[in-house]
Amino acid sequence: MNIEIPKKFKPVINNARQVALNTFRPISRKYDRAEHQRPKELDMVASVLDGFNEGDPANSAGASQTGKGKVQQDGGVKNGANMMTCLGALEFCYGDTGFLLAMPRQGLGNAAIAAVASDEQLQRFKGKWAAMAITEPGAGSDSAAIRTTAKEDGDHYLLNGEKIYVTSGERADCVVVWASVDPKLGRAAIKSFVVEWGTPGMELARLEKKLGIRASDTAAINFSDCRVPKENLLGNPEVDTQGFGGVMETFDNTRPLVACFALGVARASLERTRELLDDAINYDYSKPVDNASAAEAELYRMEAEWESAYWLAMKAAWMADNKQSNSVEASISKAKAGRVGNYITLKCVELAGSVGYTEDELLEKWARDSKILDIFEGTQQIQKLIIARRVLGLTSKELK
Amino acid sequence: MAKDAIGLALSALNRLAGSSMLDRLGMRHTAERLAYRLTKGGFQVITTSARAFKSGTPSDKPERLDAPGHTTGLFDLGITDEQQMIRDSVRAFASDILQANAEQADAEQRTGDAVLGQARELGLNFFAVPETLGGAAAERSTVTSMLVAEELARGDMGQAVAILAPMGVANALTRWGSALQQDKYLPSFADENAPLATIAVCEPRPLFDPMTPRTTATRDGDDWLISGEKSLVPLAAEAELFLIAAATDDGPAVFIVEGGSNGLSAGEDPAMGIRASGQRPLLLDKVRVPAANRLGDDDFNYREFIDLGTLAWCTLAIGTAQAVLDYVVPYCNERKAFGEPISHRQAVAFMIADIAIELDAMRMLTYRAVCRAEQGKPFQRETHLARTLVKDKAMQIGTDGVQLLGGHGFTHEYPVERWYRDLRAVGVAFGGLHL
Repeated sequence: MNIEIPKKFKPVINNARQVALNTFRPISRKYDRAEHQRPKELDMVASVLDGFNEGDPANSAGASQTGKGKVQQDGGVKNGANMMTCLGALEFCYGDTGFLLAMPRQGLGNAAIAAVASDEQLQRFKGKWAAMAITEPGAGSDSAAIRTTAKEDGDHYLLNGEKIYVTSGERADCVVVWASVDPKLGRAAIKSFVVEWGTPGMELARLEKKLGIRASDTAAINFSDCRVPKENLLGNPEVDTQGFGGVMETFDNTRPLVACFALGVARASLERTRELLDDAINYDYSKPVDNASAAEAELYRMEAEWESAYWLAMKAAWMADNKQSNSVEASISKAKAGRVGNYITLKCVELAGSVGYTEDELLEKWARDSKILDIFEGTQQIQKLIIARRVLGLTSKELK
Repeated sequence: MAKDAIGLALSALNRLAGSSMLDRLGMRHTAERLAYRLTKGGFQVITTSARAFKSGTPSDKPERLDAPGHTTGLFDLGITDEQQMIRDSVRAFASDILQANAEQADAEQRTGDAVLGQARELGLNFFAVPETLGGAAAERSTVTSMLVAEELARGDMGQAVAILAPMGVANALTRWGSALQQDKYLPSFADENAPLATIAVCEPRPLFDPMTPRTTATRDGDDWLISGEKSLVPLAAEAELFLIAAATDDGPAVFIVEGGSNGLSAGEDPAMGIRASGQRPLLLDKVRVPAANRLGDDDFNYREFIDLGTLAWCTLAIGTAQAVLDYVVPYCNERKAFGEPISHRQAVAFMIADIAIELDAMRMLTYRAVCRAEQGKPFQRETHLARTLVKDKAMQIGTDGVQLLGGHGFTHEYPVERWYRDLRAVGVAFGGLHL
């Protein structure tokens, strides 16, 4: 047993941290204020990431790398792409969560394509920026209740419906849209389709104004008789329950990743708060926590919570790297990091007082940014449902 | 029967207790405290001196175990085949023996001799004593000790403490003892008839900090004279060997004290939980020990000595919290209310999900600190963070365990109330154990 980050990840962590501190932080406030303005500074970073993904996947940190990597045949333990992607993403979010989400060609749609696309599709969508469209006005966490339909029509599917909360939906080249080929058949009939911008019938409805992560645009997109080529369906076109399971498995890889988003922004808050309180606190881990001042004890508690969430995320990613089933662990890491990240960023504003609450510092921004991380990619409550069902051995009918 | 001195004192106190004078003078609490302390001293027992520890021919330098060779630089939550084997056998012992005896041991405030004997047969002490001194330890095995402690506490925390205390002394002697100390004391731990032994760190006062004990050790010629009061000392009345923390002119230190030493006695002060550990106060009145019995060589590190005890308590909390989860899952699936199992309600199911989440969180922080300790890396910060998290989450799990069983949980018919009492110890106890 060894609970350390291996040396080989140090370069990728360091690279991402340099981007976080030197590229993201200086423009963080600018794009928080200028919502919906595309952060063009990200294009350069994205090109660098592309280069990494292309030539040296082992040192990249984009979402498109989750779920990849094969277990070594010698039976040895593997520290691979899932862990590394998590570590890189954590550093980027330590810089700015909005920018990571707005990073060209690193969308969740790219992760879906990477996970389930055929070789032909991989080739065809290579280099495209793909957003992900699941949520609808009437279906959030309950993704099986999706009402968007995909009706076969010759060589095409006709898509009809309304999608909301599509991260980078407008800026991306294409959108991976979840739609039902037969609403009567429930989740088994839900398929995902790559829809490219410019396809007739695909229309931007609006861009949301949000509490946080304002640098990352959130689109609402309408589809009316939108004709999508059949070869843009990802995975198996047959209606079967396995298909939905496959879609959900994507989350086993992306939940620890989102956990790391929360950990990144929380570390930014914690670190800055410690700097601001430096004069007031002698931070040496020597006394039992109950013998420390209230502020010092609070910082210790937050650090302990943070560390535990961090290692839970590493555990879930490590299991994915070693091809161990990690649904529960992925949900545990997401639930823990989501709530811990939100708690820490809000508490840090409180500890820093008005300094933390005003825009001179980024603490108030981080406290707004962190909230979404306990919501998207499965809310706190959805994670608890998944965990409870598994621990208790209950079906979704028994534990609703 | 004629009243003895204490009886007379008690009846005098009883008369005093009825008078309104005490309340007028604001002295009631002081008097009640006095009454209690009087009896506490009255039930004092002398410590055991059943064994003579003999020196042989000590080697030139102490035996020290190296960090295990099986870890690579990679993150790895896997355990070795040997660790898996040990874990399996301890798990079986804990669920067959400790669980079955938990209620009785709690009531009797001691771990039965038969249980201690069976625990000894598992050969756990062998892994704490180096091969050259008669044991089976070839490399440092802090992680293995942790796995053992967790499994034992999953059976029952109180008995686990009684079983682990002697092993902790052996671990500490292996890690810190001088060649002389190791030669004199360690081989007996690999014996069939290993000594009962324990570690005394905690002291009876609020906000106790193990780095600043008030028990003092002062030099008197070639000896040390130790005086003070220790609390929550497992096996205090039975132990034949003690490691006792005390303040010296050059900082806190640990002393090896043999049972039966003059001035060393065990009091009586039953606790909320971990009652099967046989914990008692330990009273030291100018206990004389030779200078050579100050634990350690040049490499002794008091902070790490304390932290390895703290990590043992964190580990016990994990085991007992796991027992709570093991128990509430089938209970909530079977217990029906409003026509269906209560586990079908999110209010109940989410509490169980939170137990699973925080239990894993406790594990990761504790395991990490223990891994670092095993590998010889600094682990003070990690221990501090582990304790900070674990004591809160473990207690939450303890109280949720009782809550989930409702009124049933409050009675001795069900084990959750004992786990509730045991888990509170983790925020309070220092010493007693050493991984």
